[in-house]
Amino acid sequence: MSDPSSLDAGAAPVPAKPVPEWRQYVRFLRNALSQSVEGGWKFYVWMTLLTAVFLVGANAWAVQVRDGMAVTAMSDHVSWGLYIANFTFLVGLAAGGVMMVIPAYLYHDEQMHDIVIIGELLAIAAIVMSIMFVVCDLGRPDRFWHMIPGLGKFNFPVSMLTWDVIVLNGYLIINLHICVYLLYKRFRAQAPDPKMYVPAVLLSIVWAISIHTVTAFLYCGLGGRPFWNTALLAPRFLASAFVSGPAFIIVAIQIIRWQTGRMFGEGAIRTLVGIIRVTILVNLLMVVSEVFVEFYTGGSHTSAAKYLYFGLHGHSELVPWIWTALAFTLVAVLLFLQPGVNRRPVILNTACLLAFVGLWIEKGMGMIIPAFIPSTLHEIVEYRPSLTEWKVTAGIWALGLMIYTLLIKITINVHSRKLRDASGARTVDPEDALSIPSEG
Amino acid sequence: MNDPDPDKPRTPCSGNCSCSGGSPTPSDPIGNPGGSTRRAVLKGIGATLGVAAYAKALAPLTELTQQTSMDEFLQKHYKELTKEELSAVLERLTRETKEQYGADVTIADPKPREGVKFGYALNLSICNGCRKCAEACHLENNHDRPSHQSYIRVFEMTKGSMDFEKGDVHYDHPVPQPDKYYMPVQCQQCEHPPCVDVCPVEATWKEPDGIVVVDYNWCIGCRYCEAACPYHARRFNWQKPEIAAAEINPDQSYLSNRIRPQGVMEKCTFCLHRTRNGRLPACLEACPTGARVFGDLNDPESEIRWVLANKRVFVLKEELGLKPQFFYFFDE
Ligand code: SF4
Ligand code: SF4
Repeated sequence: MSDPSSLDAGAAPVPAKPVPEWRQYVRFLRNALSQSVEGGWKFYVWMTLLTAVFLVGANAWAVQVRDGMAVTAMSDHVSWGLYIANFTFLVGLAAGGVMMVIPAYLYHDEQMHDIVIIGELLAIAAIVMSIMFVVCDLGRPDRFWHMIPGLGKFNFPVSMLTWDVIVLNGYLIINLHICVYLLYKRFRAQAPDPKMYVPAVLLSIVWAISIHTVTAFLYCGLGGRPFWNTALLAPRFLASAFVSGPAFIIVAIQIIRWQTGRMFGEGAIRTLVGIIRVTILVNLLMVVSEVFVEFYTGGSHTSAAKYLYFGLHGHSELVPWIWTALAFTLVAVLLFLQPGVNRRPVILNTACLLAFVGLWIEKGMGMIIPAFIPSTLHEIVEYRPSLTEWKVTAGIWALGLMIYTLLIKITINVHSRKLRDASGARTVDPEDALSIPSEG
Repeated sequence: MNDPDPDKPRTPCSGNCSCSGGSPTPSDPIGNPGGSTRRAVLKGIGATLGVAAYAKALAPLTELTQQTSMDEFLQKHYKELTKEELSAVLERLTRETKEQYGADVTIADPKPREGVKFGYALNLSICNGCRKCAEACHLENNHDRPSHQSYIRVFEMTKGSMDFEKGDVHYDHPVPQPDKYYMPVQCQQCEHPPCVDVCPVEATWKEPDGIVVVDYNWCIGCRYCEAACPYHARRFNWQKPEIAAAEINPDQSYLSNRIRPQGVMEKCTFCLHRTRNGRLPACLEACPTGARVFGDLNDPESEIRWVLANKRVFVLKEELGLKPQFFYFFDE
């Protein structure tokens, strides 16, 4: 029985009956779809678990839509909470994926080039999650269409939120295009045409910077919130994004290696560790300089920082959070600076995890919430996320991990498809980092 | 679901896979038939359970859609409604108020008056902190009863300081206290309102007479405006407002005091349903000390113009440059 998957991969001339492009594409999609529901028991357990968590979140969200946002712990004083905190962090994570793209395409790091798609897929999953967090934060998600240009009223360019909608969706589309195009070409065993994707890759680099800059502008443009109203916010966001993104990818590469039994990505991990060593210090430096300005200057503007780091008038809900974040970051710095850390998986993964969690706190509970406490009229109303908010948050993360898992799985599968070499024998490309060799 | 896709790679999935594990010739189309039926059954069960679980998880949403009519869902932005559409909307809202709250109300839509620009001033020398204005606002604007919502917050300030950090809104003792003064704060109807700039869907805007309004049927509830307002002037409807039929103020308007839906933003509108019809704001009428002065800033003969010209006037947070149309002053 002939294998239709390797139709035109041969050196032989044109196949007798060419299959139209769209049918190839449908095949590609069907293959991807079937890959999404096929797998070993580990895959099923993992996906079932994630689905369960996702459903808990979906249910919590449905109740929130029905009963109102009163089921969250947010108030007129602290009007944004865990959702916007996660949103901010995830935009950073999405932007962080680009830290694989830059070495691969601008510095022609060959090893990175082979697996750069791991970062691009992360961008896709992270953007989807961040958009979901915004939707879950809306009081009237049924009116989402009011934001669609043409249908509703899109307050562009005045509202920074409309900029964010544009850049986030743009980033999603760019990365989808790159990934789908490269995978499709690999599926067809054709060489990708650089004209079709290299411009998009270069655009994605600029775009990654823009998504996080615009997201920072959402906050730092508000004159009434001194805690956010600092020019350092956007650079800080970027620096921390370039820690959390690479940290996630380092761990992801190792998990994929362990699951596929294929050794790859040593060089990529080395490069990423090198990047983190710089960015984590830059981020720390900016935190320190912000803290200095806040506390050395003093005055009413310092209230939020005081509340965050030390508590204010007996209110100290955020103090444990921020010190945990700082401790995690500091330990992560020390671990990352160890010589040869990339060859010591335990230390490396601990460092990545600490940096990741530390930044999640710092960007969320440590960045979004304190701007509201004390309020613009200096009232202190505290905030501790409600169970509903935690459930929805866990649900969205579960969905994001599902998406990422499936994307990676589809990718590995496409890369592992057998091709015909010149002699007609079927083989996988031994050079392909993401393919799994197997005896035919 | 168990699609025997011919495109599937002939390798038995990935290395971690147990599916057709035992089959040494996975390219054999009938390899391991028993296993594949079992898998199909399992998958079928899984899919059914999955769909059921999704339906169950999202069931609360269906309870909501019974409340939101198609007309409401499709309603256009206030500024794009034709005359007929607007009256249909007002008629629908009146009906819904009757259905959901059991009250007969009239919902009008008074337009701004030509050439008028409203301003408000408050005399800090005589305000005694009785909170009658905040209470009047609560009643006039059909606020949620359990939360005692009001657009006005009265701060008890320490003499010798203008810093709100030394102020207190939760004071609970006879007023006025000798070492204190009192500072009611509500929407300042900024000339350059940041709340309007940030709204992603233009659900809030500044009217020609200076009043910043919200289209409660267009707002998506993102609360960006609440984050942007430096005067804590905006309120969100965290849940559907509760209010007894007998307590509902039936004199309502679309852009001001009609009962707001759940999940949208609301704010002080200088009682435009009153002031655009030549009456005074409810908070002013309730004030027993006469601390409040309301009027047309464009009318040189108005009392507010006299106050601005002759008293020691200031605005809150002037350094932000938002040009509030709400002024505070002291007597000589
Ligand atoms: S006080 Fe706040 S809500 Fe009122 S116009 Fe100014 S920014 Fe907007
Ligand atoms: S909460 Fe409503 S009015 Fe405020 S910015 Fe969002 S959509 Fe606009």
